[in-house]
Amino acid sequence: MPAVSKGDGMRGLAVFISDIRNCKSKEAEVKRINKELANIRSKFKGDKALDGYSKKKYVCKLLFIFLLGHDIDFGHMEAVNLLSSNKYTEKQIGYLFISVLVNSNSDLISLINNGIKNDLASRNPTFMNLALHCIANVGSREMAEAFASQIPSILVAGDTMDSVKQSAALCLLRLNRTSPDLVPMGEWTARVVHLLNDQHLGVVTAATSLITTLAQKSPEDFRTSISLAVARLSRIVTSASIDLQDYTYYFVAAPWLSVKLLRLLQCYPPPEDAALRSRLTESIALIIHHDSEPTLLVRACNQLGQFLQHRETNLRYLALESMCTLASSEFSHEAVKTHIDTVINALKTERDVSVRQRAVDLLYAMCDRSNSKQIVAEMLSYLENADYSIREEIVLKVAILAEKYAVDYTWYVDTILNLIRIAGDHVSEEVWYRVIQIVINQDDVQGYAAKTVFEALQAPACHENLLKVGGYILGEFGNLIAGDPRSSPLVQFNLLHSKFHLCSVPTRALLLSAYIKFINLFPEVKPTIQDVLRSDSQLRNADVELQQRAIEYLRLSCIASTDILATVLEEMPPFPERESSILAKLKKKKGPGKVPDMDEARWNVNGNTEHSENTEPTNKSSPPSLVADLLPTNRPRPASYSPTILSAGNMAPSHPFTDLLNMNSSPAAGASLLVDVLSDLSSPAPAPTTGPGPTDVCEEHFSRFVCKNNGVIFENQLLQIGLKSEYRQNLGRIYVFYGNKTSSQFLSFSSSVTSSDTLKTHILPLLRLLLTDLSLNVHTMPVDPTVEGGAQLQQILNIECLSDFSDTPVLNVEFRYGGTLQNIAVKLPVMLNKFFQPTEMTSEDFFQRWKQLGVPQQEVQTIFKAQHPMDTDVTNAKILGFGVALLSEVDPNPANFVGAGVIHTKNTQVGCLLRLEPNPQAEMYRLTLRTSRESVSQRLCDLLSEQF
Amino acid sequence: MLLFSRQGKLRLQKWYTATAERDKKKMVRELMQIVLARKPKMCSFLEWRDLKIVYKRYASLYFCCAIEEQDNELITLEVIHRFVELLDKYFGSVCELDIIFNFEKAYFILDEFLMGGEIQDTSKKSVLKAIEQADLLQEEDESPRSVLEEMGLA
Repeated sequence: MPAVSKGDGMRGLAVFISDIRNCKSKEAEVKRINKELANIRSKFKGDKALDGYSKKKYVCKLLFIFLLGHDIDFGHMEAVNLLSSNKYTEKQIGYLFISVLVNSNSDLISLINNGIKNDLASRNPTFMNLALHCIANVGSREMAEAFASQIPSILVAGDTMDSVKQSAALCLLRLNRTSPDLVPMGEWTARVVHLLNDQHLGVVTAATSLITTLAQKSPEDFRTSISLAVARLSRIVTSASIDLQDYTYYFVAAPWLSVKLLRLLQCYPPPEDAALRSRLTESIALIIHHDSEPTLLVRACNQLGQFLQHRETNLRYLALESMCTLASSEFSHEAVKTHIDTVINALKTERDVSVRQRAVDLLYAMCDRSNSKQIVAEMLSYLENADYSIREEIVLKVAILAEKYAVDYTWYVDTILNLIRIAGDHVSEEVWYRVIQIVINQDDVQGYAAKTVFEALQAPACHENLLKVGGYILGEFGNLIAGDPRSSPLVQFNLLHSKFHLCSVPTRALLLSAYIKFINLFPEVKPTIQDVLRSDSQLRNADVELQQRAIEYLRLSCIASTDILATVLEEMPPFPERESSILAKLKKKKGPGKVPDMDEARWNVNGNTEHSENTEPTNKSSPPSLVADLLPTNRPRPASYSPTILSAGNMAPSHPFTDLLNMNSSPAAGASLLVDVLSDLSSPAPAPTTGPGPTDVCEEHFSRFVCKNNGVIFENQLLQIGLKSEYRQNLGRIYVFYGNKTSSQFLSFSSSVTSSDTLKTHILPLLRLLLTDLSLNVHTMPVDPTVEGGAQLQQILNIECLSDFSDTPVLNVEFRYGGTLQNIAVKLPVMLNKFFQPTEMTSEDFFQRWKQLGVPQQEVQTIFKAQHPMDTDVTNAKILGFGVALLSEVDPNPANFVGAGVIHTKNTQVGCLLRLEPNPQAEMYRLTLRTSRESVSQRLCDLLSEQF
Repeated sequence: MLLFSRQGKLRLQKWYTATAERDKKKMVRELMQIVLARKPKMCSFLEWRDLKIVYKRYASLYFCCAIEEQDNELITLEVIHRFVELLDKYFGSVCELDIIFNFEKAYFILDEFLMGGEIQDTSKKSVLKAIEQADLLQEEDESPRSVLEEMGLA
């Protein structure tokens, strides 16, 4: 049926389109379009009222111009007018224009709604269909509000035409997706299910889509649909193709409907019906979904195996993808493994990168101890030619597999060094951090690792990441290979230093640290290294970090005795066991739930699981990049390499966290030394008055604790104070660890908590602190408690936030050391933001609340200069550490950070919204906070703005 | 659902989710770039942002659908094919020009076939019957016009 003969009356439009097509250049086209736009504009503005036909034609032209990629900013009104025409074609074009060009928040919506309302009421099926289509296409909230209640009745009314029913079902589905709250379940739901029995397969198709979506939300209401769907399916499958007439598609009976029905059945627990296996891919999805029938899984797997060699690329792709899911089921894992050669072959021969990517995914999923060496070797060899887009992911996967299935760690070290050699650029920090963690934790592999990196570094050109690993490992374990004259200390040093000048600043910083470690390990190379440190290129380096390291290390090597050097530069302590940072990175890269859950349980380097009690409870505020904290790469102070880190590392794992989780249980009553600070007002205050001149309150590390809960808060030559804290709603608990760093006793050790002097009266009623001494028995608390040299004492502080506050409590510690009274006061990092509970919300909610908090006093804004490099991940971690939920996809500008949370105090809760806008060019931030209380906004703003 | 030519000209676009105009343009550009760069033998599915793209080329025209993760790729491919069949039947061996000159018809056919992103009816007959009925209505209410009048307005 040639179209031109059929009512194609708009000759003006055809002429216009031909004109455009005849335009020789882009300029000519633009010119022609502008001329036409001017023409249409004048017609629309003209005094003479246009008849419906002309309006239709011009609106149609505008549509065409829009499709060519030009913006259309007028004509909407005329299109809306067309809706009220009683000529079908004019109405139709009007609706088309609206559905293509009117976005959902247009101010014309009420006029459009009016047109729709008339058409829905018209009882003319064609008009009703147009109206329903329009609702489904625009799908705005206003439309949903206006019509959501009306459509179900159209759908289930007995006298509605089939075509209208179809439209109504899908229209309802659309509204249910966009504004589910406006489509209430009701008496109609039961009747919708019966549409599955409808004579008209088109109606069944549309209704199945609707029911599937509804059933996913409330399965119970639609349970009756199971039997109807099964009956319908079996009728389709058993019918001769001729019966279904036009619904047969290439000799397959109603494929779309079958797939939809199968999808619907997946909402429910497994029924057993042979007919369900009729459509292969969807059926396999169903089988996977049920994951209960081993034989079926194996059969599915074999079927997929055949697909793997199918001529059709599409099928191979889907087969690889489905097999990935099968590989993670215990029943089919073995069956999947039999296809390993085919998959490896796919990796080598597939021409389409997306198919190869699937093959890599599958290899990763099917890997276990029996085939890990083969798979890792294949992946490594593929990596040499792999597409850049998937290299990083392969690197991560190889690193994880190598670690997970390492039988001996020499293989692991070899694999990772190979990885760096082949794809050094794609080896992220996490990967090489991890190697170092493992080498440090595994005594038996250290010598081998040192030997291997030493050999690898011989290559004339080696990747900087290799140099980092090499520098670190030789710095720690170079002595293990120094006996061999081929790798004598001087040879090692010269090897590293020969590459020094080609490296970036962080690597050079790391190498400097390695050098100072060499001085400790090999006194014989000390003069050589001192010369290097002393050279102008180090001491006067333009980079502050390098300069500082060179100066400090040089001084250290000159003035410190051998003993001190040996203590300061001692071998790094083992790292606490934790989830591999690489796995975390892969998860992040793939999005949650995308990494096949091979073994989500924590896996340890040592392969033992006992440590798991020691691992910290999953704590939202511990940033994912703990490794980065522990390794000296970009840290501003080189000191973090030595004393602080050593003791922090020693301290953390040695204290089992016993009852972090039953925060709400009252502290063991007998064992509490009540230092309710209220009473401190009257009682002789411990620190400031009695001490021999109060010391200054230390707040050096205070601001670090705004966004984290654990760490060292104070340290001098004698004492180190570490904190671990946990907060829930308005309650908090801090574990305080006092470490005696000396070798002699501390006598008369006591501690107390006060508010800082100035605001004493203010803070006291607001924050109640309960000091409970754990390690000393309170009943018989000795008058002269002592802390032995090198020992540690711990205390628990219970905190309750009564109302919002801005002052900070102070921890006073007093003891006698060598006859003198020591007095230390430290600001305790208890700030308002610790009592945050994160709140997730949608973009819509967020902006609604944002607007509600519009009073000027409720908002505090500050603009400040960035103190640290503007790194998105770090900022994310800090905002999370601050205690709020980080909301993605709320702010139209993805570079901005948006957060929401509720501050819990005993008396009240304060909702808080924040927004941080970085400006990388100017290295500035703008921070905006809105809460219902001015004081809260101000305090939070002050705290957070110092963090970036 | 997008239709675009090998030269990267957009011929038809249909959105089943509310999207800002600016984003639409960006997405269209990005998608066309990705799809046009792919070689003929490559597979018809690819992952893009958090969606799956299913596309197929017919002569000079690419048909491209973005579907969500839980949707079935193969059946989407058949959706595209069925749509092409519908166009073909209506226009009588359809070509790109038909879709350019009668873009509104192509839209109407698509609307009859898909609604809100879901299949409304898979029967060729019922879809085309609906379109024919509409065409008949159109002929009835179109009063004959003189050629001159047409030209004057053009």
